[in-house]
Amino acid sequence: MEMSPFLGGEEMSKKKEIDDRFKKFGTVSFTSVTKVNDFIDFLEKGKVMGTRCQACGMVFFPPRADCYHCLSRNVEWFEVSGKGKLVSYSKLKYAPVGFEGDLPYSIALLDYGDYKIFGRLAGDIPDDEVNLGMEMKTVVNKLPNGQLNYVFEKA
Amino acid sequence: MEKVAIIGVGQSAFVRGYPGSIRELAFEGFKEAVENAKVSVGDIDASIICSAPEYDKQRSPSGVLAEYLGLIPQPTCYLESLCSSTSMGLRMAYSLVKSGLHDVVAVLGFQKMSEISSAESQERMGRGADIQWESPFGTMMPAYYAMFAKAHMEKYGTTLDDMALVRVKAATYGPIYEKALFRKPVTLEMFTDPNHFMAGPVASPLRAGDCCANADGSSCLIVASEEKAKALSKKPVWIRGLGAASASVNMAGRDLFTGLAVARQASEQAYKMAGVTPKDIDVAEVHDCFTISEIMAYEDLGFAKPGEGRDLVKSKETYKEGNIPVNVDGGLLSKGHPIGATGGSQIRTIVLQLRGDAGEMQGKDPEIGLVHNIGGVGLYGNVTILGR
Repeated sequence: MEMSPFLGGEEMSKKKEIDDRFKKFGTVSFTSVTKVNDFIDFLEKGKVMGTRCQACGMVFFPPRADCYHCLSRNVEWFEVSGKGKLVSYSKLKYAPVGFEGDLPYSIALLDYGDYKIFGRLAGDIPDDEVNLGMEMKTVVNKLPNGQLNYVFEKA
Repeated sequence: MEKVAIIGVGQSAFVRGYPGSIRELAFEGFKEAVENAKVSVGDIDASIICSAPEYDKQRSPSGVLAEYLGLIPQPTCYLESLCSSTSMGLRMAYSLVKSGLHDVVAVLGFQKMSEISSAESQERMGRGADIQWESPFGTMMPAYYAMFAKAHMEKYGTTLDDMALVRVKAATYGPIYEKALFRKPVTLEMFTDPNHFMAGPVASPLRAGDCCANADGSSCLIVASEEKAKALSKKPVWIRGLGAASASVNMAGRDLFTGLAVARQASEQAYKMAGVTPKDIDVAEVHDCFTISEIMAYEDLGFAKPGEGRDLVKSKETYKEGNIPVNVDGGLLSKGHPIGATGGSQIRTIVLQLRGDAGEMQGKDPEIGLVHNIGGVGLYGNVTILGR
């Protein structure tokens, strides 16, 4: 069927730029477009960032574009810094499809007080040096397939 | 106050590789429930179809299943809350009946997990968590629950053996329940034998024996108004308490890692609605997707104080002969866990117990039973209290 110019044919033929930066997040990303795509640019600069609501001051990690507390859309970025405490972790011996090449790896949760961060432990920490409650820091990590994530290192 | 009853229950055998399609699988649980209720299909005036999406290819399964089960042109819809879908379905059926919109509603849960590989299924389950911020790290259900196990061990001194004993209990009943997937006995020694598959590491500290297995299965509950129940059923079981809650999908939004907040909230609501306390519960089904889950459930439901859940298994209080028998059908650990069918199976077991129809699994004349059914990693929680 020929596209009529009156039905938006001309408009549709123009290729729209899609900001799909988020597809770079993690070994396999399941999201490509998000309002917080700048998170990826920050990762590329070595920074892990959360967001803070400019209206009410709520702090979010993972970063959000919208504040559920006061419904404001005015959020600003802040850099995750300092140390968090290891809440818990688990070392995987099996992986879901797409992650087999990363095995073995440990998923983990750090508590920074105002917020918590879910991620992975750095791969080079010996098992017997991982203890709940230990202080760790969050650092950007480049994966072998060129993707980006962040991991927790001993502080 | 108008009461609402369950008048019929059914489930398929829970198996690996069901030799049929999802509509045929659904028919198994449905047929048993309708026959159990001694109603005709035409008595059912609405259906709620429950499963977790993406294990089979059918989009909008409610229409297809309703047609196959002879439930058209009555209204039908699809409902999901992952592993607690059928408990949520029962909650919705309760409100449809209580409101007077319908008199008899079928809640049908199904899952055919064998259409995809185990690794694919781990990926699907991992995507039942936060796909934007967690799944890219390579998450899967056993690893999430393992984080709770680790935290529980650290805070309360719960041991690997304590967790293994939950599996040993489950395997006491698997062999006597003909619909269970795993029907062999399990011993503590299997967990300490590095060559035994039970001891194989999955996600530290959880071992293969700590995890339930994927399965194919269906379950069905026939829910009726008080008037219909009294007219149609000799032994209606009444819905006395319903509780439901949700939590942050990302672990970063949680505060509790030694229990599930949704289970505490849902049970508080259900106890209040039923006007009972944990001490009044005569028999229970809890969501033992992993061994640690059952220990946490005891504590979240108030059967034990926080940190003392393990003692109930050690002292055999939750065995059939104990004070509060739990999962005497073998639980998810023995039955297998066909996600969308699981809650209906748990509810079926309690209904049979309250009616005195549980055969070899039957406990001592229970009057009040409880079902604890969790979706995702404590993302959704449903607690249902039933009574004679």
